Amino acid sequence: MSPADIFKPWLMKIESVIDEAPDVKTLRLVFVDERQGREFAFRTGQFGEYSVFGEGECTFCIASPPTRGGAIECTFRKAGRVTSALAGLEPGETIGFRGPYGNVFPIRDWENKNLLFIAGGIALPPMRSVIWNVLDLRDRYKDITIVYGARTVADLVYKRELTEWAARPDVTLVSTVDPGGETPDWQGEIGFVPAVLDKLAPASRNTIAVVCGPPVMIKFTFPVLARLGFAPEDIFTTLENRMKCGVGKCGRCNTGKYFVCKDGPVFTFAQLQNMPQEY
Amino acid sequence: MKGMEIETRSINREALAKWISLWRSEGKRILAPKKIGDQVDFASVASLDEVSLEQVQTVQSPKMAIFPRVEELFSFHSADGRVELRDRNLEALPETVVFGLRPCDAAAVAALKAIFTWDSPDSLFSARLARTTIVGVACSRADADCFCTSVGGSPGGVEGSDILLTAMGQGDYLAEIVTARGREMLQSAGALFGNAANTDKESRLAKVQAVFDPAAVASALSRLFDDAAFWEEQSRRCIGCGACAYVCPTCACFDIQDEGGISGKRLRCWDSCGFGLFTLHTSGHNPRPLQSQRWRQRLMHKFAYMPERQQVLGCVGCGRCSRACPVDMNILEHLQAAAEAKP
Amino acid sequence: MKALQDKARELLATKAVQVVIGYGRGRRGEARALFIREAAGVRDLIFDETCRQNLAVYLMKPEVRKLGKAALVASPAVLRTILQLAAENQVPENGLLALAVPASGDEVVALASFAALEAHVAALDNDLSAGEKAELQKFAAMDLDERQRFWQEQFSRCLKCYACRAACPLCYCTRCTVECNQPQWIPVPAHDLGNLEWNVMRAMHLAGRCVNCGDCSRACPAGIPLYLLNQKLISDVFAGFGSRSGMAAAGDNAMSTFKPNDPEDFIK
Repeated sequence: MSPADIFKPWLMKIESVIDEAPDVKTLRLVFVDERQGREFAFRTGQFGEYSVFGEGECTFCIASPPTRGGAIECTFRKAGRVTSALAGLEPGETIGFRGPYGNVFPIRDWENKNLLFIAGGIALPPMRSVIWNVLDLRDRYKDITIVYGARTVADLVYKRELTEWAARPDVTLVSTVDPGGETPDWQGEIGFVPAVLDKLAPASRNTIAVVCGPPVMIKFTFPVLARLGFAPEDIFTTLENRMKCGVGKCGRCNTGKYFVCKDGPVFTFAQLQNMPQEY
Repeated sequence: MKGMEIETRSINREALAKWISLWRSEGKRILAPKKIGDQVDFASVASLDEVSLEQVQTVQSPKMAIFPRVEELFSFHSADGRVELRDRNLEALPETVVFGLRPCDAAAVAALKAIFTWDSPDSLFSARLARTTIVGVACSRADADCFCTSVGGSPGGVEGSDILLTAMGQGDYLAEIVTARGREMLQSAGALFGNAANTDKESRLAKVQAVFDPAAVASALSRLFDDAAFWEEQSRRCIGCGACAYVCPTCACFDIQDEGGISGKRLRCWDSCGFGLFTLHTSGHNPRPLQSQRWRQRLMHKFAYMPERQQVLGCVGCGRCSRACPVDMNILEHLQAAAEAKP
Repeated sequence: MKALQDKARELLATKAVQVVIGYGRGRRGEARALFIREAAGVRDLIFDETCRQNLAVYLMKPEVRKLGKAALVASPAVLRTILQLAAENQVPENGLLALAVPASGDEVVALASFAALEAHVAALDNDLSAGEKAELQKFAAMDLDERQRFWQEQFSRCLKCYACRAACPLCYCTRCTVECNQPQWIPVPAHDLGNLEWNVMRAMHLAGRCVNCGDCSRACPAGIPLYLLNQKLISDVFAGFGSRSGMAAAGDNAMSTFKPNDPEDFIK
């Protein structure tokens, strides 16, 4: 593949398919060309364009951490044409991947700080990459807290990893489901993520917050963080917009003068406050 | 053009016809304004006789030469569980001369380059551009929709042309050899050109008064971003048809579509920020659900975002959008309204 | 013009309507759509031979609907569009006021009820004009190969800009067929197949509905004579089913209605 050919994807073989939740799957992908696999590198926060040849491309974050190479993972919900096609694929089949694109979570800047990860539903995937990245470099960070919620227990993604994180003594995991979404044996919290966060009242001093979720969740989470004393430049999120090229040319993903594919997808709330509400 | 002496020669209409035939004999594709039905548009021509130069401007722009309305990015083929991707053969792209475009269209190449080559180079675009020679013809007439001089251009501007011709009367043209590629062209056709006796180009050009300052417009637009009533008022009659983006020489937003099944192609094709579908998420959420927000995006992108990010305006003042618009959305009028709007 | 302006002023001043949709003077001396919400603005209203745009296209726009009850300056094509939209349940009875202006422009007839609209339209000549029929006959005289070559050449210039669709008041689907991608019925890119399928599909979706306003052809930046397709279908629907669009506020669309006695002599 010519490196100058920005639209031509790498070929990826599906190594495994995991059913995370109703209509939500994780694909584990390896490069068909092993040398490309060895040379491939990315940083946490970045995304890619995943192809089903004949159907089109779709934008997902790279849900696996750069600290665990060899394969990359993406998690998606079946929603439209390309995700429906992806959802029908089996291990051994070939898809395309272009990337890594976008900017990164500045985890070097976060060293020696507490980290607070807040995610809702299908927005845990972008967070999963950075959570594993920092857990793999655990001694560089102070307290790590994860608050994750979904509508129902069945809708929680990465169920095995939630169990792993809950079992670790060096991580505090608070899981929650919406009222009415619990099962009889549910041990976690019951309540919307912003309410659970409010109750948890994590300290804001020397803490970085990362928030990913549906717009309504973010809308109600930010005031809680502000009340707790988090400064807007210490709150990170990822934006999503409709994308095609991923490299700032097709003109589609802009929010004001910023391209989500080039200037994002990682933004601080301080940046968002200076951007038009066009996302 | 910075740092290069512009040589001037002259060529008469008869020699010009021979020059065009020379390109044809060299196997080049020639795109020039041609009468098609009731309008003049760029099309393949074989001789000067087919070319129309009487119009102020063509309906569609010549961007199709370097950014066609649909082009293949690569093809994919599946067999025995394996997928193979095949590149375009860039070498097979035709050598092209775009003849008879106006200085505004030549200047538009800079905007297209800014989009396609910033950050990561688009090899398909670059390959087409490298195979394209631009022979412009300066404007002896303009109309009320032209505003090149407000956006840094002029009816006799040389920027973007390899050679610019100006009609001097009696079938003679002044030829300004602007670039190295232009000089190369001259070498193979030198006998057709004479010395330029009359170089008084200015007196032969249309006069276009500048009506706004782009920097002032950019800051006015930014100030007006959240004034929903302003954008609604301006765009109320807009029907979201997409004609403006498609006839525009600097609009380059595109879509990517796959066709075929287990074997097929991935194509790139024109798209427009004016369409409701442009920014629509699969979830149904749309950051720009109203036509007024899409109209605002058009103006902001061309006059505020592009100048700030790529140091080039997204508009060359050709006036095509205004002429093509079925509901008379006149961009000049709207920019002036923005500049004059009370803060 | 004065009659029209006076009427518009009265309607706005008495708040009988919240907006008058008419024509104003644009650039190059031609008309452009005007949305007047204050009585003082009626002085900008004009009506002349440049007032051709089918203003009924704005009846289906949420941005215009939210302005409130409208009075619409209505040429014969616009009147028929309103009736066709009514027949398709898109505009309610007494939901708007049509201001019919004859060619002379010096009087205005306000039509509120569908019955009034129908009576007014019935008195007009709604057939294709002699010139239009002559052009269709010229086409009928071409053999199929010639016609196919003609349309292939015309559609090769289509840009898929969808100006034809946007300009048409009867193309009001919030999700057009071409915007469905599961499956992608009509290809998106502007190649020969996509262009043929788009234009033929749109003409067929308008068969029995099109009122021959001509806006699609005027909007097309490639200068494709789209009206020929629509006029041919208007002529065929009338010949086959005896019906014309836009004549009544209720009724069945010719192409989406089955009657047991429909002629079926075309299946050979």
